[in-house]
Amino acid sequence: MSVITFTIDGEQYSAKEGDTILQVARDNKIPIPTLCYLEGLSTFGACRLCVVEIEGSPKLFPACTTKPTESMVVRTSTDKLKKYRRMIVELLASEGNHQCAVCVVNGHCELQDLAYEVELDHVRFPYLFPKKSLDATHKDFVIDRNRCVLCTRCVRVCHEVEAAHVWDIAGRGIDCEIIADLNQPWGTSPSCTSCGKCVRVCPTGALFDKGAAVGEMQKESGFIKFIVNARNKHEWVRTAHEEE
Amino acid sequence: MSFLDMDERLIELADKIELVYSPIADIKEFPENVDVTLVEGAVTNSENEEMAHLIRKNSRLVIAFGDCATTGNVTAMRNPFKVEDIQRRAYIELADKNQRIPDEYITIAQLLKTAKPLHEIIKVDIWLHGCPPTADQIWFAVNELLQGRIPVLPPAYLRYG
Repeated sequence: MSVITFTIDGEQYSAKEGDTILQVARDNKIPIPTLCYLEGLSTFGACRLCVVEIEGSPKLFPACTTKPTESMVVRTSTDKLKKYRRMIVELLASEGNHQCAVCVVNGHCELQDLAYEVELDHVRFPYLFPKKSLDATHKDFVIDRNRCVLCTRCVRVCHEVEAAHVWDIAGRGIDCEIIADLNQPWGTSPSCTSCGKCVRVCPTGALFDKGAAVGEMQKESGFIKFIVNARNKHEWVRTAHEEE
Repeated sequence: MSFLDMDERLIELADKIELVYSPIADIKEFPENVDVTLVEGAVTNSENEEMAHLIRKNSRLVIAFGDCATTGNVTAMRNPFKVEDIQRRAYIELADKNQRIPDEYITIAQLLKTAKPLHEIIKVDIWLHGCPPTADQIWFAVNELLQGRIPVLPPAYLRYG
């Protein structure tokens, strides 16, 4: 297997063939913010928070789907990138109805953490306050589409790990929504196994346990990597790194 | 109210500032020539809107104080609904008696189409988040202002919810 040598923020790193820029950065503790990315699931490149600059190209590249090439020069935290990352979080905030004060994951939310990471003191775009639905028909869980950021982690975990494929995206552009089966109440879904993986991996309070009160819900998305690793490599180990 | 969470620090503060207007002080008109105004709450009705413009005109610095002023927060949860629907729910469907939607806006303010964060109505200089902002956060901001600096909140004080 060939090894690729390339540069991230002025330091040289080596990558195995097939590694993405994000994997190399994570292995070497270089912080790159992510939202739709989740270790163990396929990469989707949708949220654009992990964008990096690559010398020689005016485009920005998502680190989660871009593979390094020999001698590539990557930058992860330029002013330009910071500007775009903040803008992404602002757009996510303005396109949903995120009232942290009354949310089940208040204090344990990946969107909140991102807002702090990009030092979001206020949202410069007008809030759209879209009319979104809430579905509490499932016996154990609730989906509140007001808080959904369309990262599709739920869609991917249900399809790739649970192999039930309950969730899908309906609509176009800003009107996209997560739907169960053929756009029916979640509680009537014949394909849902009630495993709850979608709830655990959801980065916001869009999917939550029924009965959870404000700030009560803590997600634990790390176990997906454990399951996938166990299945593919037959290694039933949970390292300290995975439990982070 | 969260301003009062600063407890004994308020005594120290009292010597350094002059409080010229507050919802809990007996001053009827918003004065002119104000150094700093902390504005709490979203702009949700015609009175709030008028007041916001007056505050901006008469203040050198305007601080959006808390999540409602910064994002709209809970106040803005009504926004996906039409004002008429909200009023029908509140004044007719849920009223035990005298069901009637207010139509003469003399004594009560008229709801705006949507509740908005303060900076969508007037220029805001500083945002203090939190529901509510913590005493330490407020103390930090007020002290920076007293030192003649525009407070730039360190990431630790960035906190929604």
